[in-house]
Amino acid sequence: MNLNTSILKYIEDVKSGTFTVEEFTTETLQRIKDVDSDVHAYLSLNDSAINDAKLIDQKISSGEKIGQCYGFPISIKDNICITGTKTTCASKILENFIAPYTATVINRLQNEDVVITGKTNLDEFAMGLTTEFSAFGPTKNPWNLDYVPGGSSGGSAASVAANECLASLGSDTGGSVRNPASFCSVVGLKPTYGLISRYGLISYANSIEQIGPMTKTVKDSAFLLNVIAGQDANDDTTIDNNNVDYLENIEDGIEGKKIGIIKEMTTSEGLSQEVSTATKDAICDFESLGASCEDVTLPTIPYTVAAYYTITSTEAGSNLARYDNIRYGYELESEGYEYNSYISKSRAKFGPEVTRRIILGGFVPSAGHAGKYFLKALKVKSKLISEINKAFEKFDYLISPTAPVQPFKFGEKIDDPVTLMLLDYNTVTANLTGKPAISVPYRVINGLPIGMQIMANSLKEKSLFQSAYALESKTNLPEVPL
Amino acid sequence: MTKIGLEIHCQLTKLESKLFCSCKANYREFEPNHNICPVCMGLPGSLPRLNQKAVESATSIALALTCDTPEKIAFFRKNYFYPDLPKNFQITQLNVYGDMSVGGEGYVRVEDKNIKIRRIQLEEDPGRIIYEGASERTKITLVDYNRAGTPLVEIVTDPDFESPRQVRVFLNILSDLLENLGVAEPGLEGAMRADGNVSIEGGNKVEIKNIGSFHDLEKALHFEITRQQSLFERDIEIAQETRHWDDRRKITVSSRSKEEDQDYRYFLENDIPWVKIDQSTRDRLKENMPESISSKKERYVEKFDIAPQVADIIASDRYYSKLFESAYSDHNAKDIANLITTDVIGFIDTKEKQENSKITSEHLSELIDAINSKTITRNSAKVALQEIMKSGKNTKDVLNEMDLGQVSDSSEIDTIISQIFEDEKQAVIDAKERPETVNFLVGKVMQKTKGKADPVKTLELIKSKLNQ
Repeated sequence: MNLNTSILKYIEDVKSGTFTVEEFTTETLQRIKDVDSDVHAYLSLNDSAINDAKLIDQKISSGEKIGQCYGFPISIKDNICITGTKTTCASKILENFIAPYTATVINRLQNEDVVITGKTNLDEFAMGLTTEFSAFGPTKNPWNLDYVPGGSSGGSAASVAANECLASLGSDTGGSVRNPASFCSVVGLKPTYGLISRYGLISYANSIEQIGPMTKTVKDSAFLLNVIAGQDANDDTTIDNNNVDYLENIEDGIEGKKIGIIKEMTTSEGLSQEVSTATKDAICDFESLGASCEDVTLPTIPYTVAAYYTITSTEAGSNLARYDNIRYGYELESEGYEYNSYISKSRAKFGPEVTRRIILGGFVPSAGHAGKYFLKALKVKSKLISEINKAFEKFDYLISPTAPVQPFKFGEKIDDPVTLMLLDYNTVTANLTGKPAISVPYRVINGLPIGMQIMANSLKEKSLFQSAYALESKTNLPEVPL
Repeated sequence: MTKIGLEIHCQLTKLESKLFCSCKANYREFEPNHNICPVCMGLPGSLPRLNQKAVESATSIALALTCDTPEKIAFFRKNYFYPDLPKNFQITQLNVYGDMSVGGEGYVRVEDKNIKIRRIQLEEDPGRIIYEGASERTKITLVDYNRAGTPLVEIVTDPDFESPRQVRVFLNILSDLLENLGVAEPGLEGAMRADGNVSIEGGNKVEIKNIGSFHDLEKALHFEITRQQSLFERDIEIAQETRHWDDRRKITVSSRSKEEDQDYRYFLENDIPWVKIDQSTRDRLKENMPESISSKKERYVEKFDIAPQVADIIASDRYYSKLFESAYSDHNAKDIANLITTDVIGFIDTKEKQENSKITSEHLSELIDAINSKTITRNSAKVALQEIMKSGKNTKDVLNEMDLGQVSDSSEIDTIISQIFEDEKQAVIDAKERPETVNFLVGKVMQKTKGKADPVKTLELIKSKLNQ
């Protein structure tokens, strides 16, 4: 049985009786058993996965109404709540938090009959780009176990890349879906802000983050978006997508489309030679597909990483304030403490990156400093939005490499927070502007993946998928050596 | 000159649900921590869902207080750690970056002065902290989150008050207004709370917090003015600070925690998109708004010639005015009004009694008709009212069962008078010498007839008998 298959192929095979849901699930769980002690993509497994698979098989054999997912195995980033399961955010402070409710995206998946394999690793509270900041140890890159898988949805990306499931849901605040997608050679989508309900996603920077599908193919990404997108009464920020079918006409191509090559992202200092070359190849591919490519400059981009960290830290400081160790947390004798001193003591178990951002988040929006930092960051954001809107008047797509570099070795950058932050340089723009962006696997050079990023205007996911599918069809990538 | 400003918090208890979830806005009937859900407990991954009705209620208040209401409103996070705040931030509103709260720049007419309303904002109430024993020495602190997320409207005035008495008059007007609007029940315990700030002679402003009731507020303001005056007289500078009302010692005490220095790191609550309140919504709210108390009062005085004090009492109370509005017809309005203010109010003086009372408008008009046709006396009407309030039986049955029909038959009254003249010989002598004491005899007749005798006729008959 080939576990390296797409969702759409899997569904065909189940429908035609090539294998049962239970067989495929069993095989997938065996694969997890075999490789995950090395990869460490999962933080916890779903004990009832086999049972869930059997129930779906029963539905199929009895001719009952069956959801469109036919029990394909999917993993979920461990910052998305599922009733009765641990949702840890890879943090000591939520180590034993059992969610009493289920996220909207999970409900939608389960209504369409998926089998959830388990919860995947991430940088603590989704803050990081390597999963090295997980309180439960890092995830390894399946392409080379000495290398980081990217982050923060590193566990999700690795689980898909290592054939430990067919798809995963990650979350993307500044590139957390796209960056590990690029590092692990999977397809990662950050949709338009508001397209997917965040109800049940544990907030880090709620004004810009979105849940996003991580899949082996572009078509699978569109398929999954069909299932999870759309307005939700539990999330006031969701928008109506008029039930667009993202798979429909996905093969239409990009003949005659206009593509802007974002100059700031393709000529930046931190760009590696390999990534730069791959980008040039991608531009040639787009042109051979009938699109016209042209440089475009968004002058505000050099300020976006600073603005991004200012805004996200401010929101993180507020969103994470509830973890005061009074209602969930770890054992700490409260007797003898005055309230405020208890709070500072009880919050000491956050990891270094989360602590850094909470401290920053206490400072940048504070009275006397907000004007210099937080309010200025908001100005950068609104300036960037008007620049990108203007660009989309002319271009259908804006492209860049997803990350300026290929995966690097563990420990290489963890002690250099500023360099780590610059990894976000190409991805934060989509979050700050709310635009959709997708990372498409494009090259594997020296055994390490490179992804290309395509951005489109708000709610233009359908068109975005058409371009991503077109680019994907130009690639011929090796199988993961694991 | 004394300047007092107020910050009033009023729960929108008439709403069905909390501000951001479907838990009950009326949390009072629940066991502790039984009116909660992932949203109002701020559990990880939960998101606020704005109760649009709360926005409408708050906007109605703003409109009723003649405030400007912006086209779009926004919510902000006020960040601070406190055990009663499940998320350790409060979702509230802010006007620092422009007019984004439900209302601003209104006024309330208090006697001959306009008290300016600076702003009105909609926010969530925190939970309730219960200390075991005195708060500063407590070993155990209990938190009940049933209240957390209850829709709360904050009304901030300019420092336009010159005396605690003016504050009291204003708060009465305001709570009547809020009740009349049908959005709040200021009478419920803790449903309406007020903090004050005081400055004298152009000195620094002192804020007073932790005030339990309007009654305490008046006391706290009095204390604070006196305290500041004694400092001023001795040439000691009044520190700008926040003081807490110590209910036990009845004094204000300087707060040890420097609340004025606290940095709330306000920023936009992005989980709640901007809310548009368009002209048609405002028009609809205005249209559906009940008649204001002052316009009601004016109408009662002008149209029915009801005494201003009586009109004021009826117009200010939702229950009485509702009763009046449905009971009166043009010919008996004044009588109905008087019946309400002299008798009904005596029996039904609390919210609870108003809720339980079975008096209907028909009862009132029937009683007035009975009085006017001299079928019963006013006194009997009072007795009947008391019974009707409890049983709700129809007026005729009550009058019959209780034998309240008026005795206006002269011979019957005459017989009773003769009897009394026998029993009260001294009083008869007194009445002959000093006619003003005749009421004693009238009273005796009323006593004997259980108030059923026609008082006018009785007096006539006694007088004529005295002159015999």
